[in-house]
Amino acid sequence: MHERTGGGVAAVAEFESVGLRYGTGAEVLRDVDFRLGSGRFYFLTGPSGAGKTSLLKLLYLAQRPTRGRISLFGEELSEAPRDMLPPFRRRIGVVFQDFRLIRHLSAFDNVALPLRVAGASEEDIKGPVREMLAWVGLADRASARPPTLSGGEQQRVAIARAVINRPELLVADEPTGNVDAEMANRLMGLFTALNRLGTTVVVATHDVGLINATPGAHMIRLENGTVIDPTGGLKNPPRHSKGAA
Amino acid sequence: MFDWLFVSPAEGRLLGTSRLGGPTPWVIAIMSFSIMLIAATGLALANTAGVLGRAIEARYALEVPAGGANLNALLSTVRSAPGVTAVEAVPESDMRKTLERWLGPAAQSQDLPVPALINFDVRPGTDLRPIERRAQALAPGARIASHRESVAPLLRSLSLLQAVALGLVLLLSAAAAAAVVLAARGALDTHRFTIDVMHGIGATDLQVTHLFQRKILLDAFAGSVAGGVAAAAVLLLLAGGAAFAGELTGGATLGLRDFLILALLPFLLTALATWVARAAVLRALREAL
Repeated sequence: MHERTGGGVAAVAEFESVGLRYGTGAEVLRDVDFRLGSGRFYFLTGPSGAGKTSLLKLLYLAQRPTRGRISLFGEELSEAPRDMLPPFRRRIGVVFQDFRLIRHLSAFDNVALPLRVAGASEEDIKGPVREMLAWVGLADRASARPPTLSGGEQQRVAIARAVINRPELLVADEPTGNVDAEMANRLMGLFTALNRLGTTVVVATHDVGLINATPGAHMIRLENGTVIDPTGGLKNPPRHSKGAA
Repeated sequence: MFDWLFVSPAEGRLLGTSRLGGPTPWVIAIMSFSIMLIAATGLALANTAGVLGRAIEARYALEVPAGGANLNALLSTVRSAPGVTAVEAVPESDMRKTLERWLGPAAQSQDLPVPALINFDVRPGTDLRPIERRAQALAPGARIASHRESVAPLLRSLSLLQAVALGLVLLLSAAAAAAVVLAARGALDTHRFTIDVMHGIGATDLQVTHLFQRKILLDAFAGSVAGGVAAAAVLLLLAGGAAFAGELTGGATLGLRDFLILALLPFLLTALATWVARAAVLRALREAL
């Protein structure tokens, strides 16, 4: 019997026989069964249409499964009342593929949003937000609005927003798709630094180079809506892996 | 409880800063204007009915079909009766003028028997039967009629008009509430993306609702106060015009209590709009995950 992903350490997330369908369509995820160990680094890979984004949506509580059980931070949340979800969402940072920045807010306000939602005072917000913007190289663009930023800059703002709250679980959907190699390395450096501080990181990506450059990371591979390797055993993904297309 | 009213500038920026940009303040201004005028009309009618009711409450008429041959004796009899506080005979000329409406110039004919009429007021609880008996001894066929009964149809009409005014106020308030629901749903659709992002990073329904609630409160307040001020100006103009023309009766004026009620209406409308918006937004948010 396979050891499931993340076995041996406390689980941040646990999926058991999870299925998901949109409306009356076919299941986009079926019998998904895995476990994310606390403090580990995961890559979620698979061909386009395999269900990576749907799986991430379940993970960051933007979607409920149509069947199966999902536990996050030790709580079974598949059928939890919606009022119960916000505190769990605050423990998760999400980098969306399409950035999802609020267009009429400045970069500063976008990054500050999770802190404000969490109830932090304006005094407590300024320093960390400026620091985070400086870290992603956007200190001088703090007052710029997303439409005036390049794709790469928007992605960095989105990443800054996702990590500003020191989330326990960081979920990123193709986070380096719009940045150059140097910035991709810096962002991955940020992710690994957060991971070292205890944050569990899940990155959905097609970028083999990114996977290869992150030793010690686990890999979850999705195909046709199901996890084909639930062991997460590929701790050091082979440099010539064709599976991570 | 009302901390949502005092959001930081940053929170205020979440839904953009456009104010009076949409139709909501204007719709509410029109509703507020109409509600104020209709409410003022209803209150004036209530005052008129009140004044009229009080004036005729204790007023009776002694009707003498045979005419005023014994008018002075009848006046003395009524005046000396216990409980009578005021007595006044209606001059025959006034009676003929009244009859002229139906009979034309024939009403002035001396051949026409004109009934006599004596109006009198009594203290509450006065027994009218002895007065009527004594009057009948002097003028057979004399009878006492209550003014209240004569004016009852008019008072009923005034009551009906007040009910209509109240109904219209409620109807317009409901229409304003419906407009606010539509505006709230429109605002939710407009800001769906912002809401999704906020939910995604852990905002509660209440946090999101407070933003909309505050925005709609400001829009509703601006609209209802503007409508209220416009209605007040119209009322002042009407009151001034009526006074100038000498047409404003004492009963049709608005008192201090009425003005206080009218002044409260924009605030009540704002409160209603805010409450309805809150309920609509919360209900709509619950439809999402």
